[in-house]
Amino acid sequence: MSATHAPVGGASADNGPVKTDPVSTWADERLGIYKGTKNLIRKVFPDHWSFLLGEIALFSFILILLSGVFLTLWFNPSMGEVEYHGSYLPLQGVSMSEAYASTLHISFDVRAGLLMRQVHHWAALIFIMAIMVHMLRIFFTGAFRKPREINWLIGFTLMVLGLLEGFAGYSLPDDLLSGTGLRIASGVILSIPIVGTYVSYFLFGGDFPGHDFIPRLFTIHVLLIPALIVGLVTAHLILVFVQKHTQWAGPGKTNENVVGLPLLPVYTAKAGGFMFVIFGVVFLLAGLVQINPIWAYGPYTPDQISAGSQPDWYIGFLEGSLRMMPNWEWNIWGHTLSFNVLIPSLVVPGILFTGLALWPFFEQWVTGDKREHHLLDRPRNRPTRTGIGVAGITFYGVLWLGGGNDIIATHFHLSVEALTWTFRVLVFLGPVIAFWCTKRIALGLQRRDKDKVLHGRETGIIKVSLGGEFTEVHEPLSAGERYRLTAHEVQKPLELGPATDENGVERPGNRALKLRARASQAMFSDNVETTVEEYKELEAGHGHH
Amino acid sequence: MTDRDMETDHLPENTGGAGHGTLTKDAAAENPFQDPGLPAYRPRVTDLDPKAAKRAERQVALLFLVSIVGIIGSMVCYTFVPNDRVHTFTGLGTVNMNNLALGLCLGFAFLAMGGGAIHWARTLMTDVDLVQERHPMKSDAESTAFAVSEFKQGVADSGFTKYPLIRRSLLTAMLLLPLPAVWLLRDLGPLPNDNLRHTLWAPGEKLVNPNTGQPLKASDVPTGTLALANPAALADDPENRIDNLAKAAVLVVRLPQEALKGSEEQKKKQWDWSVDGVMAFSKICTHVGCPVALYEQQTHHMLCPCHQSTFDLSDDGKVIFGPAARSLPQLPITVDADGNLVAVSDFREPVGPSFWERG
Amino acid sequence: MNTLSARRRHPLAAFVVLFFALAMIGAAYATLGSSTASAAGSSTYTADQIANGQKLFQSSCSSCHNMNGQGVQGSGPSLIGVGAAAVDFQVGTGRMPAQQIGPQAPSKPPVFTQDEIDDMAAYISSLGAGPAVPDPALYAADPNNAASVSNGGVLFRSNCSQCHNVAGAGGALTDGKFAPSLKQTSPQHIYEAMLTGPQNMPIFNDNVMSPQDKKDIIAYLLQTRTGPNPGGLDLGSIGPVSEGLFVWTIVLGLLIVFACWIGAHTTKASRARVAHFEATTGKDATDND
Repeated sequence: MSATHAPVGGASADNGPVKTDPVSTWADERLGIYKGTKNLIRKVFPDHWSFLLGEIALFSFILILLSGVFLTLWFNPSMGEVEYHGSYLPLQGVSMSEAYASTLHISFDVRAGLLMRQVHHWAALIFIMAIMVHMLRIFFTGAFRKPREINWLIGFTLMVLGLLEGFAGYSLPDDLLSGTGLRIASGVILSIPIVGTYVSYFLFGGDFPGHDFIPRLFTIHVLLIPALIVGLVTAHLILVFVQKHTQWAGPGKTNENVVGLPLLPVYTAKAGGFMFVIFGVVFLLAGLVQINPIWAYGPYTPDQISAGSQPDWYIGFLEGSLRMMPNWEWNIWGHTLSFNVLIPSLVVPGILFTGLALWPFFEQWVTGDKREHHLLDRPRNRPTRTGIGVAGITFYGVLWLGGGNDIIATHFHLSVEALTWTFRVLVFLGPVIAFWCTKRIALGLQRRDKDKVLHGRETGIIKVSLGGEFTEVHEPLSAGERYRLTAHEVQKPLELGPATDENGVERPGNRALKLRARASQAMFSDNVETTVEEYKELEAGHGHH
Repeated sequence: MTDRDMETDHLPENTGGAGHGTLTKDAAAENPFQDPGLPAYRPRVTDLDPKAAKRAERQVALLFLVSIVGIIGSMVCYTFVPNDRVHTFTGLGTVNMNNLALGLCLGFAFLAMGGGAIHWARTLMTDVDLVQERHPMKSDAESTAFAVSEFKQGVADSGFTKYPLIRRSLLTAMLLLPLPAVWLLRDLGPLPNDNLRHTLWAPGEKLVNPNTGQPLKASDVPTGTLALANPAALADDPENRIDNLAKAAVLVVRLPQEALKGSEEQKKKQWDWSVDGVMAFSKICTHVGCPVALYEQQTHHMLCPCHQSTFDLSDDGKVIFGPAARSLPQLPITVDADGNLVAVSDFREPVGPSFWERG
Repeated sequence: MNTLSARRRHPLAAFVVLFFALAMIGAAYATLGSSTASAAGSSTYTADQIANGQKLFQSSCSSCHNMNGQGVQGSGPSLIGVGAAAVDFQVGTGRMPAQQIGPQAPSKPPVFTQDEIDDMAAYISSLGAGPAVPDPALYAADPNNAASVSNGGVLFRSNCSQCHNVAGAGGALTDGKFAPSLKQTSPQHIYEAMLTGPQNMPIFNDNVMSPQDKKDIIAYLLQTRTGPNPGGLDLGSIGPVSEGLFVWTIVLGLLIVFACWIGAHTTKASRARVAHFEATTGKDATDND
């Protein structure tokens, strides 16, 4: 084992100060870099493919920043009307905004312009996808537990910022597809009670579409949100460094240590390499697969529309909820309350996002567990949490499918009305079924683990005894594998104790406590436990199988 | 050895099971589920065989070389592949050669660079697991005590708790401080006033077909035709043309009187606002504002492609499916002396999405 | 035995035979199946054509459209006054004769030859005046004429894309009806459809959309068909839906493959290799230098 902490005093084996190169010495004398980095250079990170999902988000973000700077050098964020006379002939002489015309210019008249537009857009889709996959990994493995709740909230905020940033980004070219999205956004804003019309007029500088919105969106997209994202990502990474990365339970891996490979050289190479791999994948995509061909959509004008108009995938769930919602609207006392717009665009994401953000705190309340957790849960060992997660994914997925209902109808020759009704039912039924199925599967896997621990792994090798009896050879697990399958803490429901104690004093409880006990009972009573006693009993009984 | 006897050396119980670990037999008997400790280090092929290591080195170097070629190639392609050249590839379509060349060069350059670094890490860099201790995030008691006492000393030195007047006035000032940041944004836009209630349509305003640029006549619109119409005044205000269009765009269809549904009063109103069955409806969906536009001439349904709100034009534009809550507003029209279709007045209700003050 | 018959019992042999059979049928269909021929524009028909058309009509169409074309309630509408263009479109795209009840008659390979279609068109136009089969000059659109294409694009996006999608890929209407894809439709049939408004498609008569406008629209559609997809594979041209699906399946899969490669322990030497090393060199393999 190599040393991972710096020796005291900087003295080497020769008993003199260590020689350092002039540049580093100059920096150290002004910044104290040796003090600052001594514990970082060989910092250990554990090795698992699912720990790299956040890196996909980080590195695609870097690519977004770089390609975005390129684009800003040619993009003109102005809504002034201009007649197009560039090299894309099918739009010759057509009246359009400067923003759209400059995007056409980038796509057809600036070398590498189309490439950078496509790099930027593919990287953006990958960025948000990676955030969600990473978030799901954190959720299903319980990596959000203490001390990482703050990092969960930072990550959640990054996701919301990513959604806003993406929406702003694809709206900048002012093409027919994204302009329609802005029109829908303005309609949603108008429906907000009391302040809706004011917010809409302030945002758009007057009537829709006005002349101010694209330039304002540009500032938001290029300056404000990226600054927030960079700041939050930095905080996010600092926390990962300071709190150290979580790890899977296994031989030698405990809640009090980190086992893995050092930052220098291994993770510098692996993470750095992964960054270049992601760059490479995105550039290959940009060269081979077309994305957002704005020239085909034409410039935005509010009296034109294309069948099969959808936003980018990460806004699809909002689109679907808008389509599915029944047309409830109240007219009371001279005012209109548009539930048909408010519920799908504000209430549905409000519930989804609030639930996500608050989950770590809810789970902590139910379990009463205030310890630090650095070992990851295997999803099967937390069946209720896993079930709720899959139910959430199903809910989101049905909404997302609903956003494409007209494309599904066209491709599969179905009626749009029938599809809409199906999704209206599925959005409630689907998560329930998904939760139940997932929980049963997880519990089944727990039982399989128990079988493996007690009886060993089935090898598929059949032995015939002299008496003609067939038995399957089971390979007993090694100590390490046994440990891996039993290392987790089996969660038990909260015990409330008797309602009154021996002196007749009532238990100090309230509705919240009873609710908590019921939640805990629902979540944990099914868990399967393998005890040492059971194991020893079997060992004694069978001998060797 | 008879035919029935098999070699059993390969069976699991004879090969000692998988995995190592320093769990002694006694410890295993005590608690068979306990942590057997870090497994022993397993070397890699490149650790054992110097020829394999040399091969890995060459592979990494080759990948970096591919990267160099790609980087230089990208600059060559940028300079020499014309941006207006397209070429058809089976399966890919007709693509821009400059884009394709740049994407392939830079794509493979980065992929090779990353692949080289990863391959180097996997085959040649150390892969010995290291163990580092975690420490509780919570500060130790001594640090906590020291920090708290320093803080208390600082607060005491400031007199914050000692001078309530300072404390309260400061707090009030701090609470007010963010307000100008919002207040100073007032000029972002005008107040809505009643702009949402009015469109460019006015009495006598001609319905102009944007396809032809000519005013529409009733005879232009036989049953089954879908015609578009904008107010003639649209051309008079080019600065606000699109803003006006967003509220004033109109669709014109002709419905036979027999096709109308609903109460007598409603049918009379719908017919009265038409010119012999030629009716004008707002093109702006009452859901969130997309252009409605999909006209089914046999069913007289108007479908909005955004969220599938369906309006029945023969039933005063009522919503028959989808999330829109209000019917499509009808524009009352008549003919002028030259036989052109003109508006009788503005729409009698606000067009487009609902809003709080709508009523 | 020759190589083929030696493999006649190979498990994949049946699939190979099936593949060849399907390929041959497909090739035969493609060569022999009728293509959409273009009719000569003619508004003057001979008495023979009308008589022949009436015969064809009565045998193939009268069951739904009645013996004299006046229509059957709940079955086929009246054809009096629909004109020759409508017949040429409906029968030429195979929509008519309609084969089954459904929300909409889909296009199919046409059942009649172009001459037969001309005869039926002659008969129907004799029942009442309606739009005639257009002269080829009307739909001889040039996809390389930038002015025509760009004007056509503006018109298409204002009048047509709400049903047919901005690239002519088609779209959904109510109750299972749909606006079909225009990617394979002939210029003549596009013109005729605009002129006659088949089924639920509105009629775009020459007063609201001039013949030049119609030609420009056809030019635009031809250009979208044959024009390049400069950025690469177009994933079906249905926009963000296919882009999102692509990213969540292919790209995510690829990135996870790379992530697994980074974390995999496949570089480890096998037990046999380690044993061999220790035996031949006498060194301890786990002693990492």
